[in-house]
Amino acid sequence: MIRTAQRPAILLLAFGFIFWSAAFAQVPFERIANADKEPDNWLTYSRDLQGHRFSPLTEINRQNVSRLKVKWAFQFPDQRAEVSPIVIDGILYVTGPNSAAAIDGRTGRSLWTWSRPIPSDYHSIGFGHTNRGPAVLDDKLFVATLDGYLFALDLKSGIERWFAKVLEYKTGYSMTMAPLAIDGKIVVGVSGGEAGIRGFIDAYDAKTGAQAWRFWTIPGPGEPGHETWSGDTWKTGGGATWVTGAYDPELKLVYWGVGNPGPDWNGDMRPGDNLYTCSFVALDANTGKLRWYFQFSPHDTHDWDATHVPMLFDAQVGGAKRKLIAVANRNAFYYILDRATGEFIAGKPYAKQTWAKGLDAKGHPIQAANNEPSKEGNLIWPNLNGATVWFSPSYDPQTGFVYVATREIGGRYFKRETPYRVGTFFAGGGEDELPPDDAWGAIKALQAESGELRWEFKLHSPPWAGVLSTAGGLVFSGSDEGNFYALDARTGKPLWDFQTGGVIGANPVSFTIDGHQCIAIAADRVLFVFAL
Amino acid sequence: MRVFAAIIVWLVLSAGAHCAARQSPPVPSSPPDPPDVAAGKLNFEGHCALCHGIDGGGGRGPSLRRAKLTRAADDEALKSLIENGISPEMPPAWFLEPEEIAGVAAYVRTLANVPPEVLPGDPARGKAIYARSGCSACHILAGEGSGYGPELTEVGARRGSARLRETLQNPAKTVLEDFLFVEVVTNSGRTIRGIRLNEDTFSIQLKDQQVRFHSFRKSALRDLKKLRGETPMPAYGTVLSAAELDDLTSFLASQKGKP
Repeated sequence: MIRTAQRPAILLLAFGFIFWSAAFAQVPFERIANADKEPDNWLTYSRDLQGHRFSPLTEINRQNVSRLKVKWAFQFPDQRAEVSPIVIDGILYVTGPNSAAAIDGRTGRSLWTWSRPIPSDYHSIGFGHTNRGPAVLDDKLFVATLDGYLFALDLKSGIERWFAKVLEYKTGYSMTMAPLAIDGKIVVGVSGGEAGIRGFIDAYDAKTGAQAWRFWTIPGPGEPGHETWSGDTWKTGGGATWVTGAYDPELKLVYWGVGNPGPDWNGDMRPGDNLYTCSFVALDANTGKLRWYFQFSPHDTHDWDATHVPMLFDAQVGGAKRKLIAVANRNAFYYILDRATGEFIAGKPYAKQTWAKGLDAKGHPIQAANNEPSKEGNLIWPNLNGATVWFSPSYDPQTGFVYVATREIGGRYFKRETPYRVGTFFAGGGEDELPPDDAWGAIKALQAESGELRWEFKLHSPPWAGVLSTAGGLVFSGSDEGNFYALDARTGKPLWDFQTGGVIGANPVSFTIDGHQCIAIAADRVLFVFAL
Repeated sequence: MRVFAAIIVWLVLSAGAHCAARQSPPVPSSPPDPPDVAAGKLNFEGHCALCHGIDGGGGRGPSLRRAKLTRAADDEALKSLIENGISPEMPPAWFLEPEEIAGVAAYVRTLANVPPEVLPGDPARGKAIYARSGCSACHILAGEGSGYGPELTEVGARRGSARLRETLQNPAKTVLEDFLFVEVVTNSGRTIRGIRLNEDTFSIQLKDQQVRFHSFRKSALRDLKKLRGETPMPAYGTVLSAAELDDLTSFLASQKGKP
């Protein structure tokens, strides 16, 4: 139906578009740092470097979310997908254990796939075979593998550009997190906190794969903090770094959560505060040097990793505008710190806990009686998975609330002797968790700068899914029973839900396809994309 | 230090093995240590007895005093089951070391050697009591009856006699999580009681005594009560004599399912 005279102009336009989109598909750091300028895309794990998991899109909102429908679904080869996709100009990039794919956002059809065999002698110690997402920078997609490699794939083909060996899996290390792309570097953390590893955070040159720096989360002899370990316990001290951090491009600080000390439940085997386990660390982005740390759970004996996505925001505190970093910690306390200095500003419980009487003026826990694992078992809240775990919270700049998927569950903690053997389970105990109907979950809205509870929406069971908030006034999350749902961001009132048929243990994202807003979530082995 | 010690021991052992290989045919490697049954018993009592009974005779969970375990065909399957659990009813014991799991599995196997109980009742009389008490109005046994309550075809293999007798006398004390009795009141004022079949944050499914399915959006309910400690099953402790209870218990204990 197109008249011949129009064709050259249209062809020119089409070539122009192809050229433009090819050039635009390059994702320089400036695009990631200015994520709010392009709400159609989702360019880093939490959409922005500040860890907000907030989308400025408004097409789907309180008035129309009840009409949300499945646009398409994509089946992963592996069960229990935990991926948070990256979305660039209509293309979704997803990962699984040792695999990645690019998916056409219009149809759900794959454009390329990549995989790498998992070695037959590889074992996940204390977690499942999973991967939580890729990172993008310039023309490359970055994927961390279970067997310890960081791969840089060509965005357009999935073909390998370079790889770096980050760790030796045979000694108990692994990688499951989405890397974090900062200016010129890719930052990764490691799993293995139940295998007696010595944790670290690494940065690699995004162009070449050369290691830029390493920060050991367990200080070695002569380093500050080493005195919080005795004898050789630092060598097997844990401190995994298995959840993606945040970045402040102005302060040029990388913020990262550090996991539990090892062995998890037998603290007698490692006297001391065990720095920098169960801490946030702020690292100089250029050198990896420690700028400050804050330890939430000194000498932890409950497996309460501080491996959470930090949320960075500015707010008025005591009459002055402060640069803040906040976290709802696995230990059931919500903390607000100064992100330039690490100074403790405020903290309070956001879920049931029986291990501490409160926090002192510096944010250190005031220990309650009878809060240690024992030979006979000791019932303590929260259970070992904590009041929240790795899945993401969300900071909503419109309401000023932080939304936390919260687990209200206790556990009977045991302590036992455990020998260290390379590449095996090194936990020193365990727990019997409470029966299902004695536990529950909730999405809780906390005032970001104080931790005051604003509302809560109760869930049938403790959740394993993260939270997305949107400028449409909505909060999205998922349940263990397969519900994917939307709440009113101001009140917590449920507005829409959909039964996916699979356990949801992933983080939602939002983006546009052909100019229309979509919401995506993985449920078991299926990625669902919803639109109006 | 332990790492270095382990390496040194390994070096010494492997050096020894090389010397032996030069002088004589390879010696088969020594078999692994047998599982520590006594340690397994302790772990069983600490982590398993809560549901399976202190003597393995069953309770909230099934009796393990039998040679054939339905869900663990062999020792490897049993160890895997102990380590990984059965979601959602049996929690995993992932925190136990492999040797400890082997010990628990070995102890569980010894339970099969416990001599069968001698029960006071008469199963033939118990069968008649089962028939005349209307049990089949709610239970399927060997393919006969109504599927409102739990199936009883192999209840004698799953439950110890003490648990069976306790359930007959006071069933509210032994209700299982997957037979939770609930009462819902709809927004229009209709009340339905039944056994919960499934539940999530937004909906609940149940079946009533006529074995009709009901599904509700929770937003359509005025009230949802979980009737913990209640059950539609009558308490036969006040209906049957002690001797009749013995007979019925004996009959149920003899229901071991397919061979």
